[in-house]
Amino acid sequence: MKKYEYIEHTADARFKAFGSTAEEAFANAAEAMFNVMIDTSGIEPQITEYIELQAPDMENLLVDWLSELLYLFEVNMVVFSNFEVFAIEKKGDEYLLSAKAEGEPLDLEKHVFDTEVKAVTYNDLGVQITSQGVTVRITVDT
Amino acid sequence: MDTEGPEIEGLERIDNDIWQVPMGYKSGMRVPGRIYLSDKLFANLEKEAVDQVANVATLPGIQKFSMAMPDAHVGYGFPIGGVAAFDAEEGVISPGGVGFDINCGVRLIRSNLDKSDVDGKVNDLLDSLFKAVPSGVGSKSRIRASESELEAIFTNGSRWAVEQGYGVEADLTHCEGEGCIEGGDPAQVSAKARKRGRPQLGTLGSGNHFLELQYVDEIYDPVAAEAFNLKQGQLTFMVHCGSRGAGHQVCTDHLRNLTRAVEKYKIDLPDKQLACAPAQSEEAQAYFGAMASAANYAWTNRQIIMHHCREVFEQQMNMDADELGLDLVYDVAHNVAKLEEHNVNGGKKQVYVHRKGATRAFPAGHHEVPKAYRDVGQPVLIPGSMGTPSYVLCGKQSAMDVSFGSACHGAGRVMSRSGAKHTFRGEQIQKDLSGQGISVRAAHPSVIAEEAPGVYKSSSEVVDVVDRLGIAGKVAKLMPVGVVKG
Repeated sequence: MKKYEYIEHTADARFKAFGSTAEEAFANAAEAMFNVMIDTSGIEPQITEYIELQAPDMENLLVDWLSELLYLFEVNMVVFSNFEVFAIEKKGDEYLLSAKAEGEPLDLEKHVFDTEVKAVTYNDLGVQITSQGVTVRITVDT
Repeated sequence: MDTEGPEIEGLERIDNDIWQVPMGYKSGMRVPGRIYLSDKLFANLEKEAVDQVANVATLPGIQKFSMAMPDAHVGYGFPIGGVAAFDAEEGVISPGGVGFDINCGVRLIRSNLDKSDVDGKVNDLLDSLFKAVPSGVGSKSRIRASESELEAIFTNGSRWAVEQGYGVEADLTHCEGEGCIEGGDPAQVSAKARKRGRPQLGTLGSGNHFLELQYVDEIYDPVAAEAFNLKQGQLTFMVHCGSRGAGHQVCTDHLRNLTRAVEKYKIDLPDKQLACAPAQSEEAQAYFGAMASAANYAWTNRQIIMHHCREVFEQQMNMDADELGLDLVYDVAHNVAKLEEHNVNGGKKQVYVHRKGATRAFPAGHHEVPKAYRDVGQPVLIPGSMGTPSYVLCGKQSAMDVSFGSACHGAGRVMSRSGAKHTFRGEQIQKDLSGQGISVRAAHPSVIAEEAPGVYKSSSEVVDVVDRLGIAGKVAKLMPVGVVKG
């Protein structure tokens, strides 16, 4: 199954990511987002960041998840390539996410950047859950 | 009149350069939309951008029209080039009308140099500028602001930088709002935003941000040009950047908060990116305090960058500051929301004007125009795309009637970044521009392809529309000789 696909957008980057579960679709969305910035295929999993988040619904959780990765990328200067979402669960009125992201320290000599992703937008945002699987739709500001 | 262009059902042409998005275009519209476009620019109009103008028109308290400037293209929430004013009591404040790069903006610096004074020196100048101003993804500043310094920056903007020795008093008087939006509230800026902002002062960032060495190619309005101290053949310098990670994080944090407020205040939204809250609510005022802080950070950032560039010129030209005369002409914000007084339906009214990819354009006589320019109007700075002309305009009276004192902000994209990379090769563009006498430095060639001249609308076409509408009048055309891309 295809992990993600990009959709044409004049100013920004838009993509869909797919998974048989929400966990898988969220992980693939993270990979799609980092691939807007850099070819993640050669990046080694040297550093692991563990992430736990909660949000009022799945769509907010998706934005929070990708925003958190952008924050960690910029502040800790880690380029991520491997994403594993352990669980997305509903607890009371909130949705909880636990995940890890792996990558290597940012090295401007080695890493060749393409378009920088500035932020994750709510524009045309969607989390679609069917019996066939989960599709998420995201537009990031570049 | 027949016009070549997209078929957008419902869109009505009401005059040359003026298109109306009627009330019935989308349910829930409170005012009509207005899009200012020439025939040529209309041909590139995207339906989604029109939908976004209509979406903005549904927000509570919107005044007169939901507008889009001639450089309009599809964005998220508001279109890029979007302008809307909301009643300060009955209306809303929305981060979707400002964007993530809060107070992205442009400053123009004049000089006592002539274009010919840098003949044979452009490449050395660019190399030194490229070193002096960290640019691109992951670049960090030599400056590390302390917590108390950050608070002063968030509250006072450029004044902080000038007090630290990064510039002179005249830099403040020649800047929109003297480099500060009142109401910056550091308490509303999260620890995350501070952490991102601390190491990035004086950095350019990436994407469409740039430093550009230019010269005055043509003067259209000699009186205004004299007031702005610009003359034919003169070397000028432009800086385009914003609030960096601090601004992005402020927008991210408060969008999240306002998404919840939308439910609390029962606001019906056609696009989640338009999350907003009643202007006087705790949530909206918290965002405004944080947004003003990020705007103040951006002005500080451009002030520090200008200071470092002045040092480069002094070294490379072997001249002192007085000889070089690198004075700030003006600095405009083009992603910001401001509390302003405007005439609405015959009466004065306080409104929150949101300008997303739009520039303020106040006319002669307005008290917020610097004294030196008050007889001619506020300088409006319109950067071109790489390799194309930039323009200096001055705000005109019609802007107050037509667009809440606003004009366009740039050329406006017509091709996506990925499309650009498929169509253009950075190295080839660099070579072509070099053939035209324009040198380019960039952290990576792909950014040159993404920002190739062909991915933008013509800046000339865009400024001609605002000139014809009487929003802002053309004063001077600037041509590039060297560009540092972020």
